[in-house]
Amino acid sequence: MKNNTSFKSVRKLTTDKIWLLVVLVLFFVYPFMVSNYYIDVAFFFGIYALLGLSLNIVLGEVGLFDLGHAAFYAIGAYTTAILNTRFGIPIIVLLPVSAFAAGLFAYVVCSPVIHLKGDYLCIVTIGMGEIVRLALLNNPFDLTGGPNGVFGIDFPSFGIFEIDSSIKFYFLIWVVVALGIIGLIQLQHSRIGRAWNCIREDEIAAEANGIDVRYYKLLAFVLGAALAGVAGNIYASKLMIVSPESFSFMESCMLFCIVLIGGMGSIPGVVIGAAAISLFPEIFRPFAMYRMLIFGLVMILMMIFRPGGIWPRKRGVI
Amino acid sequence: MNQNRNEIVLQTQHLTKKFGGLTAVGQMDLKVHRGEIISLIGPNGAGKTTVFNVVTGIYKPDAGNVIFNGENIQGKKPHQIVAKGIARTFQNIRLFPNMTCLENIMAGQHCRGTAGVCASIFRTFGQKQEERRIKEISENCLRQIGLEKYKDELAKNVSYGNQKMLEIGRALATHPKLLVLDEPSSGLNPRESEDLIDFLKDLVKEDLTILIIEHDMKVVMGISDWVTVMDEGRKIAEGPPDKIYSDPLVIEAYLGKEEDDMEL
Repeated sequence: MKNNTSFKSVRKLTTDKIWLLVVLVLFFVYPFMVSNYYIDVAFFFGIYALLGLSLNIVLGEVGLFDLGHAAFYAIGAYTTAILNTRFGIPIIVLLPVSAFAAGLFAYVVCSPVIHLKGDYLCIVTIGMGEIVRLALLNNPFDLTGGPNGVFGIDFPSFGIFEIDSSIKFYFLIWVVVALGIIGLIQLQHSRIGRAWNCIREDEIAAEANGIDVRYYKLLAFVLGAALAGVAGNIYASKLMIVSPESFSFMESCMLFCIVLIGGMGSIPGVVIGAAAISLFPEIFRPFAMYRMLIFGLVMILMMIFRPGGIWPRKRGVI
Repeated sequence: MNQNRNEIVLQTQHLTKKFGGLTAVGQMDLKVHRGEIISLIGPNGAGKTTVFNVVTGIYKPDAGNVIFNGENIQGKKPHQIVAKGIARTFQNIRLFPNMTCLENIMAGQHCRGTAGVCASIFRTFGQKQEERRIKEISENCLRQIGLEKYKDELAKNVSYGNQKMLEIGRALATHPKLLVLDEPSSGLNPRESEDLIDFLKDLVKEDLTILIIEHDMKVVMGISDWVTVMDEGRKIAEGPPDKIYSDPLVIEAYLGKEEDDMEL
C-alpha cells in the first residue's frame, strides 16, 4: 500500500515536471517566433496574471470580496510615476517602494473596515476603488495630472542594462510572476496559508481555534495590495504613462473575473483565468461587436457548469 | 488524578449577559475543578450555550468575571483565550469543510506556531522544523480520534459521527487545559455515544478538564463528576449526578409544575 502510493506520487511528479518543461520551452521560444504586437499581448497577460494572483490572496485564499483592487494597482503605478518623473528615482528602486506604498494604503484603508462581512466589505471596497480613481482624476496638490495622467516615465534599468524593448519587458514581467507564484505556493503550504483558508471556510470556527482573524485578513489585504503595487510599477514603466482610466471599476471587475473563472485559491487556475481575460479580446477581435455578449455568456455558463473555476485547487497530500 | 482536585481551573463570578431586554445569563457562578468532567444541563433556552460563548470570548459579558487558572480572561478575544488553554467545539459542527481532515487538525496547532510571512516564503530552517512538528502532532491527534485513514479526505465528506470526532480532535490539537464541548453526543447513535464517553474519560486521565453541555441524560450520568443545572439564565441546582437526578427543582425545570400548566 505504502509502496504503491509513493510510486504513484513519483509518477505524478515526473508528469508534472514534463509539463513544467513544456511550458518553460514555450515561454522562451514564444517571443522569438512572433511579432512585437503578440509579445505585448503576452506582456499584458503577465500583468493580469500578477494582478490576478494578488487579488487571489484576498478573494481566493481568504474569501474577502474585494471589488476595488484596481485602487492598489493605481497606487503602485502612480507612486512609481510621480516619484520617477519628479525626483528621477530609478524605476527599479521604486519597485519595492510602490509595493510598500500600496501595502501601507491597504493597511490604513482596510483596518477600520476589516470586520465587515461578505457583501458589506464588497461595497466598501467598491467605494474605495472609486474614491482613489476620482482623487487621481481631480489632480490633488497638482501631483497626478488629472485626466491626462503622468507621462514621461523611465524604463527600468539594472545598471547599464536597460529594459527598453517589448521582449525585455516580456521577460521582466514573467520573471516577477514566476517569483510571485513561488512565494505564494510557499505561503499556501504554511500555517499562514492554512489560517487564510480556515477563515474562508468558517470565520467563527477559525477564531475559536486560535487564529487571529483580524490580523490574517489584514495581512492578506496588505500582501495582495503590495503585489498589485508591483504590477502597477511595471505597468507604468512599460506604458511610460499612467492615467486614471486604466484603473476604473471595470478593471477591478476584470480581476474579480480572473479569480472566479480560474478557481478561487488556485494558482494555476488564476494564471489560466488571466489568460482567458487578456487573450479573449484578441481571439474575438473579428467579432468585436459581440465581444461582451460572448464574454457574459461564457461567465454564465461557467457559473452553471464549473462553479469551482477552470482549475480548482486540489487539496490532499501535503 | 485526584491530587489536584481542589484546584479551580475555571471560575465565573456573577456572570451576566443580556440580549436587549432578555437576560440570557444572570449572575452565573460556576466553578470547574481540575481533572473533572462538569456537565451543564438545562432545558432549551436556559443559557447554556451563552455561558460557553462568554467563557470562550465569543460574547463579551455585561457584568462579571471569567477567571481561568487565576487570571481574569474577561474581555479577551477568542483566539487569545485559545492560546491560554481553553478549546471548544460547537453545537452545530463547524469544521473547515473544504479542507482535509489533517488540515483541520493542523488548524488547531496554529496558535502553537510562530512562523511569520518571511519565514514561510523563504522556508527557513525553523519554519520547516515547525511544519514537521505540526504535522507530526496532528497525525498523532488523528490517530487518537481514530480517523487516520481519512487523513487526506475533505472534512465535508466524512460521516457525521466522524465530523463530531474531528471537531473534538481539532480542539485537542490546540493543547488545551480545559476542553469545552457543546452537545458532543447530539446526533450520535447509542454505540457512538458510549465510545465518546470512554474517549472523554480517557482524556480526563491525561490531566484535562472538561466542561460539557449535554442533553442525553445517559451520557451526563455516565461521565459527570459534577452537574450544574441552569434554567432561564440562572443556576438552579448543582451537585453530583445522582443527587441532581432526583432534585425537585430540576424535575420542575424540565417538566414544569402542575400550576404552571393550569395558567397556560
